Amino acid sequence: MLEIKNLTVRVDDKTILDGLNLTVKTGEVAAIMGPNGSGKSTLSYVVAGRPDYEVLDGEVLLNGENILAMEPDERAAAGVFLAFQYPLEIPGVGTMTFLKAALNAQLKAKGMAELTTPEFIKRVNAAAASLEIPKDMLKRALNVGFSGGEKKRMEILQMALLQPSFCILDETDSGLDIDALRIVADGVNALRSPERSFLVITHYQRLLNHIVPDSVHVMANGRIVRSGGPELALELEANGYAEYSLQAAE
Amino acid sequence: MNAELKVIRTAAEQALIQRFPALRDTLPHGGIVKPLRDAAYDLLVRRGLPHRRVEEWKYTDLRALMREAAPLAEKPSAEEIAVALSAARAFADADVGRLTFVNGHFAPGASDHELPAGLEVVPLAEALAGGHPLLAEIGAIEPARDNAAYAINTAFMSDGAVIRVAAGTALARPLHLRFVTSAPAAVSTATRVLVVVEEGASLTLVESHEGENGAAHQPNDVVEIVARDGAKIRHVRLNAEGPRALALSTLTARLGADVSFDSLNVTTGAAASRHQVFLTFAGEHSKANVNGATMVKGSQHADTTLFVDHAVPHCESRELFKTVIDGEATGVFQGKIVVRPHAQKTDGRMMSAAVLLSEGGAMNNKPELEIFADDVQCAHGATCGELDDNLLFYLMARGLPRPEAETLLLQAFLGEAIEVVEHEGVREGLIEVVTGWLAERH
Repeated sequence: MLEIKNLTVRVDDKTILDGLNLTVKTGEVAAIMGPNGSGKSTLSYVVAGRPDYEVLDGEVLLNGENILAMEPDERAAAGVFLAFQYPLEIPGVGTMTFLKAALNAQLKAKGMAELTTPEFIKRVNAAAASLEIPKDMLKRALNVGFSGGEKKRMEILQMALLQPSFCILDETDSGLDIDALRIVADGVNALRSPERSFLVITHYQRLLNHIVPDSVHVMANGRIVRSGGPELALELEANGYAEYSLQAAE
Repeated sequence: MNAELKVIRTAAEQALIQRFPALRDTLPHGGIVKPLRDAAYDLLVRRGLPHRRVEEWKYTDLRALMREAAPLAEKPSAEEIAVALSAARAFADADVGRLTFVNGHFAPGASDHELPAGLEVVPLAEALAGGHPLLAEIGAIEPARDNAAYAINTAFMSDGAVIRVAAGTALARPLHLRFVTSAPAAVSTATRVLVVVEEGASLTLVESHEGENGAAHQPNDVVEIVARDGAKIRHVRLNAEGPRALALSTLTARLGADVSFDSLNVTTGAAASRHQVFLTFAGEHSKANVNGATMVKGSQHADTTLFVDHAVPHCESRELFKTVIDGEATGVFQGKIVVRPHAQKTDGRMMSAAVLLSEGGAMNNKPELEIFADDVQCAHGATCGELDDNLLFYLMARGLPRPEAETLLLQAFLGEAIEVVEHEGVREGLIEVVTGWLAERH
């Protein structure tokens, strides 16, 4: 379970998150919607541990433990996974090399034995097949020359391999066509389980037709301004975000 | 009034200058190289050792670095050879033909004796004594003859090898020349390897330079490659000299027509090193790749200086140099591409990229283009920076601890320069060097 309490974050003298509170229960799929600039991506980066943010106040508790002082790799080992809005291209680092290094690092952090190469390849191939990722993509440098849709599928492949307990999807639907959206959503849905929570960040309700959330939260000006069930997403799609931007500004 | 100009010489300059007349008549020269030795000695007398006010040496002050001239190494004892062999690690697992040089002297007992057809190898001492006809090829690159490190080698060279690959011969296995210095006290060496690859022949030449102990040795090695028309040459050099060494090295290459030439220098060793490349395109439609991968830390200083001379039209050169600097170390890259007036359709690209891993490190980049022809494509670039924080975060967010994430990125960074090596065993040997260096960081 993730509990965010009074999280206040500044970047370059600008307050981006302003006393944000949010709870995501174990097994829950929570969606965060909101206009551009409301702080959605910042929230995802702060939970994952990106360094250039200054946390002024608040806590992020994962299963009761404050993770804000942890390094990004320690958070990953604790179960946090961020599917990036813009996955990075890493020239010269082979996709398989990277996947194996990441998986083994996490196994090691958990005190478990590293996978043998055949076992590793078996797992990657199984995950890749379900995400319709061609094998030649796995032979290339990580994300280099991948299309937007391929990069997003590669993020979900990593999620499937690493089996995190708390997954953040940062605008995973951006840049995807209908078919790619379905593949990615199917990949995420396959990972839904009573032990795994999701925080799905999106502008559009469209993704939530495929990944049906348990709860929907509206974010504006650095805090959650309204929470509800899946029906809230439909309401936002119909009416837009204008009223929340105003409300928060008042 | 008479004003007498008195040149003040350093101890090292005095020692080098005094050493030569005493050795002049005992060093083997076979007649052919005697005038070369005399000219090199004259250069030393006239100019002394280069210092920071000499433009080509501005970042690597040889006069300051070479405070004393270490004595020339004697022929190694059996014990020194045994110690050297136990210390020679580079490319130990690669399937290669091997020639070993200990303290600058050919060690026949530690070298292969059965050579494949089409490959002729004569120890330089023997070639000099007997006046081998190929010695006439020495010193073919004019700008090198004006260079202090090259001149010191020419004046004092005593062993090394003359290698000839006969026309049309394609050698299956690389030829590995391993140089190990294992003298208990500091010595200098002056080895010269002349390689003539005849028409249509191909050769993979691998050099490793290792220092067995921590003495402040002064190796100075020169490899001169003459590539006749249609030759294919793959050259790899590893500087893994001992931690106190002052290592000077020069590669000259003169390429005929339709030659394919790749050279990679990997540096991790020596307190201070300078690797110089003088490459001349003397025949049309030739292609050359000159790459470098340098990893330095502590107070190491590593200089790569490159001179590419496009003297004829229709040739292509690619240079890619990667430098990783940790601690208080200093990297230097000086690269000059000259395109002569008639060298139309030249295509030359030079890139130097450095990663600084610490606050105290420094990188000096000096790329230059001198273009006298009007129909050419030439470019150069130089970058210097830290590892990309965004990439580090991405890797760490997947669970890689910082040291592992850095290692992965640095392997990729250096790998770009190393991946040109076609021979799998040799490439793997170099990757081991890189991973070993990176593993020692943490």
